[in-house]
Amino acid sequence: MKQFIVELINDRFMIAAVLLFGLGFMNLLLQKNLIKKIIGFNVMDSSIFLFLASQGYINGRIAPIITNGVFDAEVYINPIPSGLVLTGIVVSVSVTAFFLALTVRLYGIYKTVDFDEIMLLINKEAE
Amino acid sequence: MLPYYYNIPAVSILLCMISGISIPLLSSGRRAYRLTLFVSATVTLLSALLMYKVIPLNEYFTYMMGHFPAPWGNELSAGPLEAMMGFIFGLVMFLSLLGGSMTLFHDILPGKQKFYFTMMNMLMAALLAMTYTNDLFTGYVFIEISTIAACAIVVARDTPKTIGSTIRYLAISLLGSGLFLIGVVLLYCITGHLLMPNIQTQVLRLVSTGLYTVPLTVVAGLLFVGIAIKSALFPFGAWLPMAHGGATTTSSAVLSGLVLKGYIVMLIKIFYRVFTIDVIRDLNVTNIMFACGLAGMIYGSIEAFREEHIKRMLAHSSMAQIGYIFMGIGLDVNLGVAAAFLQIMVHAFVKPLLFLCAGRLSEVYDHEKSSYRLRGSAHKDWVAGIGFTIGAMSMVGIPLLGGFAAKFYLVTSAMMNPAKLWPALITLMISAVMNALYYMPEVIAIWTRCELCTPNPVESNLGFDLISAPLLASGVIFLGLNGYTMIQVIQRGLALL
Repeated sequence: MKQFIVELINDRFMIAAVLLFGLGFMNLLLQKNLIKKIIGFNVMDSSIFLFLASQGYINGRIAPIITNGVFDAEVYINPIPSGLVLTGIVVSVSVTAFFLALTVRLYGIYKTVDFDEIMLLINKEAE
Repeated sequence: MLPYYYNIPAVSILLCMISGISIPLLSSGRRAYRLTLFVSATVTLLSALLMYKVIPLNEYFTYMMGHFPAPWGNELSAGPLEAMMGFIFGLVMFLSLLGGSMTLFHDILPGKQKFYFTMMNMLMAALLAMTYTNDLFTGYVFIEISTIAACAIVVARDTPKTIGSTIRYLAISLLGSGLFLIGVVLLYCITGHLLMPNIQTQVLRLVSTGLYTVPLTVVAGLLFVGIAIKSALFPFGAWLPMAHGGATTTSSAVLSGLVLKGYIVMLIKIFYRVFTIDVIRDLNVTNIMFACGLAGMIYGSIEAFREEHIKRMLAHSSMAQIGYIFMGIGLDVNLGVAAAFLQIMVHAFVKPLLFLCAGRLSEVYDHEKSSYRLRGSAHKDWVAGIGFTIGAMSMVGIPLLGGFAAKFYLVTSAMMNPAKLWPALITLMISAVMNALYYMPEVIAIWTRCELCTPNPVESNLGFDLISAPLLASGVIFLGLNGYTMIQVIQRGLALL
C-alpha cells in the first residue's frame, strides 16, 4: 500500500495530465456552449503540455540555460520537451483565436453561444 | 555537395509559406489569385523534376534543415512516393483554382479574397510538409496549420451556415489533433526521439524484447484514430458533408481531393517509417482500419444515395472512398497498401473533377444544387457534362478509368488474404452497386433535355474548359490505363520507406 502511494505521488503529473486530458476531450466533444468547448480544448492541450513538461523535468537539475560557464549536460533538465511545449502553445493559441473569432461571428448573428440552438436556427433559415 | 534536387522538398514548402505570408501585401484578390496559381504551378514543375530524378534511380534521401544532424535537427525525407504526392498536390491545387475561379470570386467578398489565397498557400505548404516531413512533431504542427487553413477556406463564404459547419469541422478536427499529439508525446516518452528513423530503431528494439507492447499499441491506436478523425473515416466523418458541401467549389475540390489524402499519406509514412508495417500488423491496428474502412464504404454510399444536394452527395461519396483506402491498408498485404495509394491518387483527380463540374452545372440553373433540378444542364455546358460523366464512370468502376484500376488492385490484394477476402469482396460489390445507383441517375439527368426548365446563360471559363476539366479527366484516364505501372512504382516507393 505504501509502495502504491509512493508511486502515485511520483506519477502525480502524469495522473493529473490523463485526468485533465479526459476532462478537456469530453468537454470539446460534448459541450453545447461554444465558450466551454473552447475551454475544453485548452484544458486538453494544456494537459498534454503538462505531461510533456513533467517528462522533461529531472529532479535536482536546473533550467537548460548555461549558468556559470557549466556545459555539463548532467546539470540541466532535458530541453527538448520544453521546446515542444512552446511550439505547442503557439499552435494552441492560434487555434483558440480562430475558434473564438468564429464564435464571436455566430454570437453577433444569433445572440447565443449554444451550438445546438445556433444550428437549429441556421437550419430553420435554410428552409 | 548535395545534388540540387535534394532541395526541392524544402524549397516547395518555403515557397508556399513565403507566398502565403506576402499575399496580404498585394493590392487585390486577383493578384493574390495569380500568385497562388504561379506558386502551385511552380510546385508542380519542381515535383515533376523530383519525380524524374528519383523514380528511375529508385532513390530515397533525407534532407537536413539548416544542416543540423539528428537528433537536434529537423529533417525532410523524399522518394518516389513523396515526389508523386507533391506533384499531385501541386497540379490538383492549380487545376482546382483555375477551374473554380468564377464561383470563387462570386462567392467570396472582395475584401476577404486575399486572405482566402493566403490560406490556400498555407494549406499547400501544410500538405507538402505532411508528405515530406521526417519528424513527428513537425508533422503535428503542420496538421494543425492544415486544420486552420482548411477551416478558413470553408468559412470564406461567410454565411451563417458555413460558419456553423466550420465550427463543427474545427471542433471534431481538434479532437483528432489532440489524440495525435498525445500519441506523439507518448512515443517520444517511450523512445526519446522525434525523427522517424530514430524512433523506428527504438521501436524495433522494444518489439524484439517484448517491452512496452501495450503502450506501443496505444500509441499506434491514438495516431490512427487521430488521423482517422481528420480524414473523415467512419464513424468519425459526420462533419464532412456539411463542411465540404457548403464551401465554395474550389474549396470543396481541394478539401475532398487533397486535404483528406494529406493526412492519410502521413499516416502511411508513419506506419512504415516509425513502426514498420509488420509491427503495425502485429499490433492488430490494421484489423480496426479494415473494419472501419468496410463500414465507411457502406455508410458513405448509403448516405450519398439518400442525398439530394449534389455537393453533399459528392461529400458523402468521399467518405465511402476514404473507406476504400483504409480497407486497402487493412488488408494486411503489401499490394493492398499500394492499391490504397493508387486509390488516393485516383480520388485526388476524380473528386475535384466532379466538384468543379457540379459547380459549373449548377450555374446553369442559378447555382441550384438539388440533383433533380440539374436536368439537362450538360447540354448548356457540355465540357462540365463530359467531365462529370467521366468522373462518375470512374467512381462506378468502368474499365479504362482510374476508379476501375484502384478497385481491381483492391480486389486482387483481397484475394491474397483469405481471412479478409469475403468481407472485402462483398462490401466492394455492394459499394460499387451503390455508386452506380447514385451516380448514374445523376449522369442521365444532366444529359436528359428539359423543355420546361429555364437555364441561365453560362459565362464561359476558358481555364475550366480548356485546362482544368481536360487535365483532371486525362489524369483519371491516365491512371486507369497505367494502373499496373503505377502499382509497380508505388510498391517500389513503399519498399524504400
